[in-house]
Amino acid sequence: MELNQLTAHELLVRLKSGSVASEAVQEALYARIEKVDSKINAYVRRADFRKNDAVNKKQGLLFSLPVTVKDNICTEGLNTECCSKILAGFCPPYEATVISKLKKAGAEIFPLKANMDEFAFGSSTENSCFGPTHNPWNLGCVPGGSSGGSAAAVAADEAIWALGSDTGGSIRQPASFCGVVGLKPTYGRVSRFGLIAFASSLDQIGPITKDVEDAAILTQAISGYDPNDSTSVDQDVPDYLKSLTKDIKGLRVGIPKEYFVEGMDSEVKSVIEQAVNKLKTLGASVKEVSLPHTEYAVPVYYIIATAEASSNLARFDGVQYGYRAKSDNLIEMYKRTRAEGFGDEAKRRIILGTFALSHGYYDAYYLRALKVRTLIKQDFDRVFAEFDCIAAPTSPTPAFKLGERASEPLKMYLSDIYTISVNLAGIPAISIPCGFTKDKLPVGLQIMAGSFNEEMLFRVAHTFEQNTEWHKIKSSL
Amino acid sequence: MAIDNETIRHVAHLARIDLQAKELERLHVQLHEILGFIDKISNLNIEDVLPASHILPISNVLREDIPHTSLTPERALENAPSKKGNFFSVPKIIE
Amino acid sequence: MIYQTVIGLEVHLQLSTKTKAFCGCIIDFGRAPNTCVCPICLGFPGTLPVYNKEALNSAIKVALAFNCQIQEHTKFDRKNYFYPDLPKNYQISQYDLPLSRNGYLYIYRDNKPKRIGITRIHLEEDAGKLIHEDGQSLVDFNRAGIPLIEIVSEPDLFSPQEAFDYLTNLKSIIEYLDVSDCDMEKGSLRCDANISLRKAGSLELGVKTELKNMNSFKGVKDALSFEVGRQAELLDRGGDMVQETRLWDAEKGVTVSMRTKEGAKDYRYFPDPDLTRFHINQDMIERLRLKLPELPQEKLQRFMKEYSLSEYDAKILVSSKEDARFSEECIRIYPGKDKKLMVNWLIGPLLSEANSRKVKISELNITNDELISLIGFVERGEISGLSAKGVLSQMIDSGKSARELIIESNLLQVSDTEELSKIIESVILENTKSVDDFRSGKTNALMFLVGQVMKKSSGKANPKIVGQLLSRRLTDA
Repeated sequence: MELNQLTAHELLVRLKSGSVASEAVQEALYARIEKVDSKINAYVRRADFRKNDAVNKKQGLLFSLPVTVKDNICTEGLNTECCSKILAGFCPPYEATVISKLKKAGAEIFPLKANMDEFAFGSSTENSCFGPTHNPWNLGCVPGGSSGGSAAAVAADEAIWALGSDTGGSIRQPASFCGVVGLKPTYGRVSRFGLIAFASSLDQIGPITKDVEDAAILTQAISGYDPNDSTSVDQDVPDYLKSLTKDIKGLRVGIPKEYFVEGMDSEVKSVIEQAVNKLKTLGASVKEVSLPHTEYAVPVYYIIATAEASSNLARFDGVQYGYRAKSDNLIEMYKRTRAEGFGDEAKRRIILGTFALSHGYYDAYYLRALKVRTLIKQDFDRVFAEFDCIAAPTSPTPAFKLGERASEPLKMYLSDIYTISVNLAGIPAISIPCGFTKDKLPVGLQIMAGSFNEEMLFRVAHTFEQNTEWHKIKSSL
Repeated sequence: MAIDNETIRHVAHLARIDLQAKELERLHVQLHEILGFIDKISNLNIEDVLPASHILPISNVLREDIPHTSLTPERALENAPSKKGNFFSVPKIIE
Repeated sequence: MIYQTVIGLEVHLQLSTKTKAFCGCIIDFGRAPNTCVCPICLGFPGTLPVYNKEALNSAIKVALAFNCQIQEHTKFDRKNYFYPDLPKNYQISQYDLPLSRNGYLYIYRDNKPKRIGITRIHLEEDAGKLIHEDGQSLVDFNRAGIPLIEIVSEPDLFSPQEAFDYLTNLKSIIEYLDVSDCDMEKGSLRCDANISLRKAGSLELGVKTELKNMNSFKGVKDALSFEVGRQAELLDRGGDMVQETRLWDAEKGVTVSMRTKEGAKDYRYFPDPDLTRFHINQDMIERLRLKLPELPQEKLQRFMKEYSLSEYDAKILVSSKEDARFSEECIRIYPGKDKKLMVNWLIGPLLSEANSRKVKISELNITNDELISLIGFVERGEISGLSAKGVLSQMIDSGKSARELIIESNLLQVSDTEELSKIIESVILENTKSVDDFRSGKTNALMFLVGQVMKKSSGKANPKIVGQLLSRRLTDA
């Protein structure tokens, strides 16, 4: 086995004992990238890339282990462009809080950034100005999105582990499509400072890893209160490694009936049913529950998320940084910069969001959506009063073909149907590999828990994982 | 709710995005479809529901009035597409 | 046609906290461009705002001083519009849940109080500064993000003079609170005015214009006066008023129509998801109320009662916080029995010295000890009131003590009866007609003779003693 194929916790043991040098890990990754990334395109700006002169030997918990970072998380001195032409050349004079925390824990920030849908707008990583990322399990398929670069890199052993961001499923859905683990923490658990905002009330940074233990380690490292983020919650971070108990006996697991309706791929359905049965055999008490407002989640999401995005992305205007179209008239400069700098999906969402907030439509769309969001949150509150967690599919289908949904935005939006409610409710959820389709495409099982109950996710996910072999199967790339 | 080209044009102006005629046509079709789907929420009775403008139960997050180190003008301006001296520069404002 | 003028004012006030509203950049005027900026106030992508506690406290103090109801629930909203001085292309402001509502302050017309309603006081942030050059505009963001409050009055002001008085009183109260420079020339206080005319007796409001670009209180008054004339003339002619924004051109003394950017309905206000709500409880309000200083109106009442001042005199003394402090200290330490004498000095000679130098009483180059020493000379009859005024002026110019100047200029009054008797004898000899007149009962003649003695003594004779000596001498003989 090559070093780049190991999990982070396996490598940490070797780095700690000195049997492996951190430089060797980086070298293994570079070699792998060299070999496969022209096919996958998980990393961006590879041509401009110069290898780290020397890996800074750091002690600390994470022993200079490199972490791959999505292109929307600010890294000081390292371009952060959200895979958008409008941020071409942008090099932040500051770094995200998660980056500072990782460095403090001794991790190395991998100097190549991961591909993504422009500004995280998408579910396929096709909306990147650097071209699409391909799924390591089938190069003709999408890796999911928007953190498709991070997920594909981990799945193809081009990364040990990675950070993604999740606004409506952008960590969990690509993790599911690529057969890796992806976690969206509770809103407020991880600082958003330095994450280039898509929708501020929904965004969270989280880990994409090869197994649940790695997810626990990485979540531990990036979680915690940040005085620079008003929406960060001042609450102690538990020791997540203690949750990896391999025991779910007696846990009450709810299966939301609204998640098993039309539109669901039959193979995915049977894989999920087997996974649920597995939970039963491991001692969990499984019962059907209802989240009655599920069908409104996608519409509510596309109002709130685009409204916030339309305002968050107003700052990209060619004045202080990034791309500027030539013009000797300010308004024209604005309009051309934004017309040329943003891709189609970004423009579509900005216009939709601007419309939802505009005079005469605010009450019918934005305000109404905020109220329905309350109902969606209440659905979960009711279930978690009686259940420890919810198990459901991560996505209604396995990875779809590149280009298949590119020209049909609504169809694309519906790929997030099982992941969006979690962001609206602010709760944490994890996606773990739970099987394959006949075409050897991975399927993900999603587990959701109440706010700040990531421990429950790790406990259930780890128990499932340690009693199955799915996470050990690698693509034949 | 239906959306017409005039509204899309106005909204695009508010968002400061130039739209080509072809783009406008395509957007019209797509937005029409998306809004048709989104309109689903208008069926719900939500009279007495409070809007969740903030999902977190936290409030009164404040910072002390303590200075931090500002950027040097060189750092502040290093990403600027156009500058003059220590200023950012933009084309003339013609309303 | 007779019209009634209806005016409402919007005052923007920069709070003089150490740091900006949402970041720790210091507030310091006159610094080189873009030196008090950071990624947060520059609106760089990924950065987040956290509100300044001191700014909130100052704003609550202002709201309390203006008798506003502090709202229990308040939040920040985004006001969306593109302008190059606005780093994020939205301003963080407050829309439907402002900090406070329903306040008032009094203005005085012919010594009668008139209550002017304050609709709301809310929190927001300042924009940067633009400098227009040929073909380009230059942007300095030092001012961007300075905490502002906006004080919106009811349309309760019925003349430009009332508007002027409102501003004067508002400024005086804010100065007492010590929360802002209140300097209109520096831009720390800015005022926009809404003005409309309606037929006398009508209750319906006319079409209003919004006036901008006034940079002094007098400018506000002049612009409003011009607008009263312009609108009256237009209405008389049967013209149609349009709702518009007009800029005051102080040089030409006219208002000019301005093409507006976005209309108010295009601002797309929505709750800022990057900031949490604020719950302002009674405890917090009472704690701040206790910290409020004595305000002008309270001080006025106290001065009238404690020092037996007329309302007129007291009002002059309390109009400025510093003057009130200086005056009260003078009155307090003044050793004479008749405190009124000190008050007369303050609102008489001292005030006219201050007015002619265009400064406040407290800014004159004189200590209260020196002032008391000067008044002592007058009270003891050692110098005349007239020469004392001259000495005061010299004291202020030179910084010398009263004693020094009196001796230097040889101003001590002659009270020595022997010396005075000699002068009196010679005056009697030279003015026999007046002496006869006096003796025949024309008492006015005595005044003339006193005057002659004064003249002969070059003004140094003590007129009181001269009068006594003269009348004794003339009646004795």
